Amino acid sequence: MGDFFTTSVLVATAASAVRLATPYLLAALGETIGQRSGVLNLGVDGVMMLSAFFAYWTVLETGNMWLGVLVALLVGLMMGVLYGVITVFFEATQGISGIGIFIFGLGFSDLLFRQQVGTPKPIRRLPNIDIPLLSDIPYIGEPLFQRNLMTYAAFALVPVTMIVLNKTTFGLNIRSVGENPQAADSLGVSVERTRFSAIMIGNAFAGLAGAALVLQLGIFQPHLTQGMGFIAVALVYFGAWKPLGVMGGALLFGLVNAVVLQWKALGIIPVSISDLAGMAPAVVTIIALVLLARRVNAPAALTKPFVRS
Amino acid sequence: MINKLLGGLVPFIAALAAFACGAIMLVALGANPFVGLEAIFDGAFGSGDRIAVTAVRATPLILVGAGITIAFRTNVINIGGESQIIAGALLATVTALALPDLPAVVLIPLIIVAGAVGGGILGAIPGALKAYASVNEILSTIMLNLMMVQFMNYLLRGPLIDPYELQAGTRIPQTQRLSDNAALPSLAGDTRLHLGVLIAVLAAGVAYVILWRTPIGFRLRAVGHSPKAARAAGINVKRNITLALTISGSLAGIAGAILVFGSEGQRMVTDGSATGFTSSAGFNGIVAALFGGLHPLWTVPSAFLFGALLTGATQLQRVLQVPSSLAVAMNGLIVIFVISSSRVRSWLDKTLSDSKLFNKQDDADSSHEEMSQTNG
Repeated sequence: MGDFFTTSVLVATAASAVRLATPYLLAALGETIGQRSGVLNLGVDGVMMLSAFFAYWTVLETGNMWLGVLVALLVGLMMGVLYGVITVFFEATQGISGIGIFIFGLGFSDLLFRQQVGTPKPIRRLPNIDIPLLSDIPYIGEPLFQRNLMTYAAFALVPVTMIVLNKTTFGLNIRSVGENPQAADSLGVSVERTRFSAIMIGNAFAGLAGAALVLQLGIFQPHLTQGMGFIAVALVYFGAWKPLGVMGGALLFGLVNAVVLQWKALGIIPVSISDLAGMAPAVVTIIALVLLARRVNAPAALTKPFVRS
Repeated sequence: MINKLLGGLVPFIAALAAFACGAIMLVALGANPFVGLEAIFDGAFGSGDRIAVTAVRATPLILVGAGITIAFRTNVINIGGESQIIAGALLATVTALALPDLPAVVLIPLIIVAGAVGGGILGAIPGALKAYASVNEILSTIMLNLMMVQFMNYLLRGPLIDPYELQAGTRIPQTQRLSDNAALPSLAGDTRLHLGVLIAVLAAGVAYVILWRTPIGFRLRAVGHSPKAARAAGINVKRNITLALTISGSLAGIAGAILVFGSEGQRMVTDGSATGFTSSAGFNGIVAALFGGLHPLWTVPSAFLFGALLTGATQLQRVLQVPSSLAVAMNGLIVIFVISSSRVRSWLDKTLSDSKLFNKQDDADSSHEEMSQTNG
């Protein structure tokens, strides 16, 4: 345990926490936007797997990392169209249709991976980019300012999401169709269009999350996400539907994962119980849900399909 | 009459749509979809043995699906089939390890009960968390899935590992060969059709009886229709929510026991991945239940169809070298299409008739909506 509490190890753990928080943060921010409009998207995990595969495959074939990110974004948008159509136009039950998307993503990414790639080959990982001056600050320089572009982008999207949700007409529309779609509708806000847009944005974020995940790992394997997308959905509850809260949650999960990894590396967690340590993120999620369940207010119309009466 | 027919056809139209997507995927992968379809059909029904395998693959789906029916009809979404299967399998395995010498007539019922208890516990936890702590059961069941996979890996790599694997140094995460007294006997000669299949079909029947022929089921469905009205009628809503998930989990737990004791190796084995032991039966059972219109009895033929798809996909992999995960992708699409088609069904309902035609289906829909509302 003494090995853990040294400056260099703690700084390295903090740095990996921020890195590991990135996919959680992107996915959960997107989910926040969707849920604020009243749409629960449980398919995030599936979308992440699909977009991670396509990002991986693109990089494997072309070597171009940013093309990989772009492709993942497009996959996210396409899944957004699919989910938008089934939720907004077919008024499907969101809890179940999301599971459908998840199962599809699980199966389809596995299928494509086995068919097109077969054995996992490593790809180039996202390089860390030092921000001049800031990256030299002792202790916090490395965790915060020696990260990759996807991490910077994810954290930059937090204030952007806040501003869009709270300060723009579009954000007001999103919140109003999430709280009281009937009232919004009577004021001339198109519930369908607003929700569809929110779903598209949310899935695009999930696509980016998949790209961030696979480009940080540098390798793809079937079922790569291991439930990260579901934890991202839980993070939205955890963060009380607010971008800042969601960011806090994502960082907490990054930290839990980073500490587990570090403790495994240092032998603080022996190999024999490393599987038990792998339960940590899910355990933390359940505890957080229990503690927070009664204290937060969900958007009033969450999961309710809108039917104009 | 025509309307009724159309209503019943909706799931099949959804399945056809999914198959069309499957065919497109096959074409995209450079395979002939007709050869693919033939391979699936041949793999699933080509011989007595294959039909037996199909029935065996359908078994966990029947059990999980019947459980899903009970949960969904009570307004609770149980996504925790995976964790419940694992818990049932683990408890049944430990039981057989502890009492290997009991005669089969005692040991087999005992492992089935152990499976039900294991799965029931993993259902009761999210049930109680939802009822008494307002924790969204979708999220808690999914988290329990993640946890139980790791817990199983820990047990099968550590305390429960076959001592031989340690000696040989191969360290495959599996238990030793379990007592033959617990092996589920074959029902038809030397095919793999075993007692578990019968148990599953009977369990689906029991689920039906519970739901529609007992006061327990009446209360569960009352809670499913309207928690408020149920409460006003003096029904303990919280206890029934917990009960629904417990029953649902028990059925999945029995599936876990059957997976172990109906297996050829007669042991519990995994590959360390999330679906290594369950083959996603916890998720596929949801598909089977939805496809069966959330009716326990219809879940049986529906699960059989999905068992056929899964068995056929293995043959597809052999003949066309198309990975069998194609079946998983198609299952996802079937969920999407079926769940979207309830809207299509209500269009049919509205435009073709003013009478309430699809009573049972309507029940399912309204319980969905209620469910969604309480989940927020």
